[in-house]
This record gives sequence, C-alpha cells and structure tokens, in this order.
Amino acid sequence: MSTNLVLVAVVGVLFAAGVYLLLERSLTRVLVGVILIGNGVNALFLVASGPAGRAPIVGLNDVDDMSDPLPQAMVLTAIVITLGVTAFLLAMAYRAGQLNGNDDVQDDVEDASIRRRAERDEVSSSYDDSAGGTMDEEGADEPSVLQPVVQPGPDGEPAPVGPEGEQR
Amino acid sequence: MNASALVPLPVVLPLFGAGLALAFGRSARAQRIVSVVVLALMVVIAAVLLVRADADGPQVTHVGGWHAPIGISLVADRLSALMLLVSVFVALCVLVYSLSQGLVEYGPDTPLSIYHPTFLILVAGVANAFLSGDLFNLYVGFEILLAASYVLLTLGGTADRIRAGSTYVVVSLASSIVFLTALALVYAATGTVSMAQLAGRLDDLPDGVALLLQLMLLTAFAIKAAVFPLSAWLPDSYPTAPAPVTAVFAGLLTKVGVYAIIRTQTLLFPDSELSDVLLWAALLTMVLGILGAVAQDDLKRMLSFTLVSHIGYMVFGVALATDDGLSGAIYYVVHHIVIQTNLFLVAGLIERRGGSTSLERLGGLARLSPVLALLFFVPAMNLAGIPPFSGFLGKLGLMQAGVDDGGWLAYVLVAGSVVTSLLTLYAMAKAWNRAFWQPPATEPDGSAGPRTDLHRKPRRTDAQVLTGKAAVVMRAGMAGPAAALLTVGVALTVFAGPLIGLTDRAAADLRERTPYIEAVLPGGAP
Repeated sequence: MSTNLVLVAVVGVLFAAGVYLLLERSLTRVLVGVILIGNGVNALFLVASGPAGRAPIVGLNDVDDMSDPLPQAMVLTAIVITLGVTAFLLAMAYRAGQLNGNDDVQDDVEDASIRRRAERDEVSSSYDDSAGGTMDEEGADEPSVLQPVVQPGPDGEPAPVGPEGEQR
Repeated sequence: MNASALVPLPVVLPLFGAGLALAFGRSARAQRIVSVVVLALMVVIAAVLLVRADADGPQVTHVGGWHAPIGISLVADRLSALMLLVSVFVALCVLVYSLSQGLVEYGPDTPLSIYHPTFLILVAGVANAFLSGDLFNLYVGFEILLAASYVLLTLGGTADRIRAGSTYVVVSLASSIVFLTALALVYAATGTVSMAQLAGRLDDLPDGVALLLQLMLLTAFAIKAAVFPLSAWLPDSYPTAPAPVTAVFAGLLTKVGVYAIIRTQTLLFPDSELSDVLLWAALLTMVLGILGAVAQDDLKRMLSFTLVSHIGYMVFGVALATDDGLSGAIYYVVHHIVIQTNLFLVAGLIERRGGSTSLERLGGLARLSPVLALLFFVPAMNLAGIPPFSGFLGKLGLMQAGVDDGGWLAYVLVAGSVVTSLLTLYAMAKAWNRAFWQPPATEPDGSAGPRTDLHRKPRRTDAQVLTGKAAVVMRAGMAGPAAALLTVGVALTVFAGPLIGLTDRAAADLRERTPYIEAVLPGGAP
C-alpha cells in the first residue's frame, strides 16, 4: 500500500503545533490547539483509508476504484464532535474572561491551602488538645526544642495568622 | 419474544426523552415526568436485557441493517447488561434526589430548564458506551456523555465551577484526542473498528504495533477512569458541582472508563504484556488516592479521593487477567457505583443540613439528625469494607484472586489493598467523628484558626428556604433515594451469592471471547 507522505508530514506538524498550544495556560490557546490536533487526526484518518479513489457510490464507480468510505464517515463524525466541543470551549473561555479578566486555567485553591497548612505544620481547628494527650507526652521529652518553634497565642492556640496571610 | 429488539432502546429512549424535555422547557412538571418515566423504563429494559443475556447469550442489534464489520452493532452481553442495569438504576435515584434538591435550591417556580435534557443525554452516552460493539461507536458514546458532563459540571457558570470545569474539559479533550488517534491507527493497521473482528485481526499484527495500539487505548481509558498517574484532574473538578451531578459523575463516568478497560483488555488484548504495568498502576492508584483522602478537610473532596483510590481495586482485578480476578473486579464495580453515588448524595444532604461540607464547620449532626447519621454510616462502613457488607466481599474476592495468582507483585497488591482498606476506614471514621459526633463548632468568627473555605459561601440550608411541612416533604424526597441506594448496597450483600454467580459467568464469557465474537459475527470473522 502506498502512503501519501505529504499527508503524513501534515499530520505530524499539526500534532506538534497542537500539543504545544495544548500545554498553554490560556483557554483560547488550548482551544486553537484542540482544533489543530482535531484536524491532524482527521488527516490521519485519510492516511488510514489508503490511496484516494473514486466516489464510493455503488453503481456509479467500479468497486476496485473506490476509496474506502468508512474512514470518511468517521472523519465526518469527528468533525461534528470537534465543532460542538469548540463551541463549548469558546463559551467557557468567554465566561472565564468575564469572571477573572483572563481565561487562564487556574490552580485549585483547596490544594494550595492544604499544602500551605502542611508546610506550617498546623493541625485542623477541630483538633482537640485534650484528646491528643499521647502526642503531648511524646513531645514532652524535649520540650526545650519544641517550645521556641511554636509560639502559643494568647489563648493557648497557635498564633492566629491574620487574613492577610491567607490571601493569595 | 426477541430481546435483541430492545438493545437500541437504552440509547434511543433517553435521547428522545431529552428532546421532549427540552421542548417542555417551560414546564418543570412535564420535564420531571418525562425524565422519571424515561429512566424508569430504562431500568425495566436493562433488567430484561440482563435476564435474556444471562439465559440466551449476548443480544445483538445491527443498527440500520448494516451487518457487523461495516455497520454499527450494539451488543448486550452479561457484563454490558449488568453495568447498564446498575448505572440506570443509580441515575434514576440521583434524578429523583435532584428533583427535590432543585426545588429546595431554586424554589418551585424557577426550573433550570437545561438540567433534565442534559442529564438524559448523559445517560444516553453511558448506555451507548456500554452497549457499543465497535470502537468508534464507543468513542461517540464517550463524547456524548462528556459533552453532557461539561454542561452539568459548569451549571450556572459560577467562578468556582468555571475553574473546575476548565481543568475537567481540557483533560477530557486530551483523552478524547488520544482515543481518536488510537482509532485512526487501529483502522490503519487492521482495516476495521468492530471489536469482534479486531479480536481476530489484532493477533496477526506485529507485537510492537499491537502494543502501541494497546498502550494508546489504555492511556485514553485510564484518563477517563482516573487511574494514577492520570487521576489528578478528578478531585479538582468533581467537588464544586451540585451534589447530584457529582454523585452521578462519581457513579457512572469513571466506571465507563473501567468498563472500556475491561472490554479492550479481555476482548482485544487477552495475552497482555502490560499486566505488570497495570498492577503497578493499580497499586499506586489505591495507595496514593487514599493518602490524598486522609489529608482532606472537605467531605466532598475526601470522597473524590476515595473514588480515585478504589478505582485501583478494579484495575487490580482486571490486571490479574484470571477468571476470579475479573469476576471480583466486576462485582467491585457494581458495588462501587452504588456506594460511591450513595455517599455523594449523603454529602449533599449533609450540605443541606449543616450548611457546608467542610469538616471544619460541621459537628453534632448525629444528635441533630439521626436518620442522616444512619444514611452516612452504613455506606461509609460499606466502602471501608467492614465484614458483613459488599465492600468486604468485593475486596475479599480480589485478594483471593491475588493470592491465587501467586506472583510477588500480586502479593504486594494484596498488601496494598489491605492498607488502602484500613486507611479508607480511617478517613471515614475521621469524617464520622468530626461531622457527626463532635460537638457542633461554635460560630466561626475568623480567629478560631485558619479557614480553608473562605472562597466558598455557606449555602442556604433547607430550613431557611422552606418551613414546616414542605421542608419535611423535600427532605424526604432527597433522603428517599439515598435510602434506596443504601438498601441496594445492603442487598448486594444479601444476594451476593447469585450476583457473584453472574459475575463469574460474565468473567468466564469475557475470558473465553467466543460467545461475544460469535454473537456479533455469526459466520465467523471475514
């Protein structure tokens, strides 16, 4: 089976450019990336269908000359799906722009807050000191080491971090 | 009566219903009736299909009269029909739940006219994916359910949901692209996308080519199923959606990915070289997922992490590639669909009752609402695998299959699944203690420690919206489906014998491959 080399090269370029754009933060660029790769896959289906032939209509052309109709049907389906998804992504990027002033894909706030608390070695606010007696006893061996690290606040809790510390 | 005529209905009915619901967009009442009737009909059809598939073998329809290798075939074998039945039942419960919640959240006069049609389309996509007999139709099924899920996840377009939605949509798009590329390559290599025909043709391919195709398909499905290291998107995107949406996503969407992995691994690549890779992925999914759950402060996020973690059990069973392993995996999928959905629904109830899902804020719910406590306790213990429940039976089955396998890696997996089970118990006990047992938190005044949920406004509780009898009715409407799922979860234990018999037969079918292939291609593959 002969393969159309130009088509293969086009597929490669479209994929490379698409993957690059997909890795961007801005939703609009991601969208362009998706469109590029979508077209790349469609061209890949054309490669998969073999050499181009005559229109696959029974009675009009000889069966041996026809191109394979199945990949064409799949490409049509894929195009329609890409169209729908593109419309949705555009709407979402627009909405993100309305809300944030940009359309960047954002980090998860909750993840970040848990990581911050882990770094500060905090316990959750519902953590009961009286229930954690064993923990205190373990730590009681070297109180002089532990004391300077955590400065207790006025009411025995770790010094409250002001709201300015919570802001990103 | 020929049951194969019923096979297309689970796909056609909800699509038809979605159109009808959209046409009735102005009448919330008509929408509700249409969706409930459609889903109830689907439960009946799926049950009939399961009975027929179990008695007479796979039921096949060739859509439009085009026969198998060329046309689209829909196949309901034991695995498909079982998955379909459980999924549709769960979807029905979630829908009934959301009817009441919608009333509570938006009031009876302001229906969200897009919700019902989208929900039905989601179900149609799930059904199409389960019944599909060729890979391209499986892709279309995925796209239908994904497109619907994009809309449901970003419902209302608030800042939180758009943020969660963009992660989810981009990741899903990436997986779809990988899947579609794999399809093009499969077609280029074999000239077919019909799974029955592929089963024969893939054997003739050079090893390297087959391995590449398998890897690409596995990658695409693993993203959907949230298998580590492709699972990070899930806990970020699920918790912000409305409770019923999260529940139906947790129950159905990842399981469609697991189903696709089971189907392709058994039918297309039976002698997989990737078993060890899958075993490692299963181990990491289980352990890392549950460690994430332990660290969470928000109930919905914790549940999302347990969801990821328990996908590992299913992959474990599939990777063993023995009859027992597969049977255990299928039983576990059924168990997990019911239980995880149940827990998310209860999380929604907790949000209603306590005004938040943050464990920092909740407290004293056991005294406030004993029914809610029971609704949470039973599925939570079930998920953790406490002996009488189905979670225990599923895990036991998988561990036995692992021990029978005898390899050192299988033993490591068995150990890993025990650890995961214990940590699940720990996470659930933590949620139970903090939300239900500890005294209610005092009014948060901002200085009582760092608050992690500043960006999330407390929702209105139902008591603030509706009072008196109406509130009771609404609460019953939401608790009812949760209780129904709880009952089914317990029934999975009571009727474990027949059910495991069924999953054993399904697993044997899958391993044998011929029942499926002969049902789709009666004359043998051309």
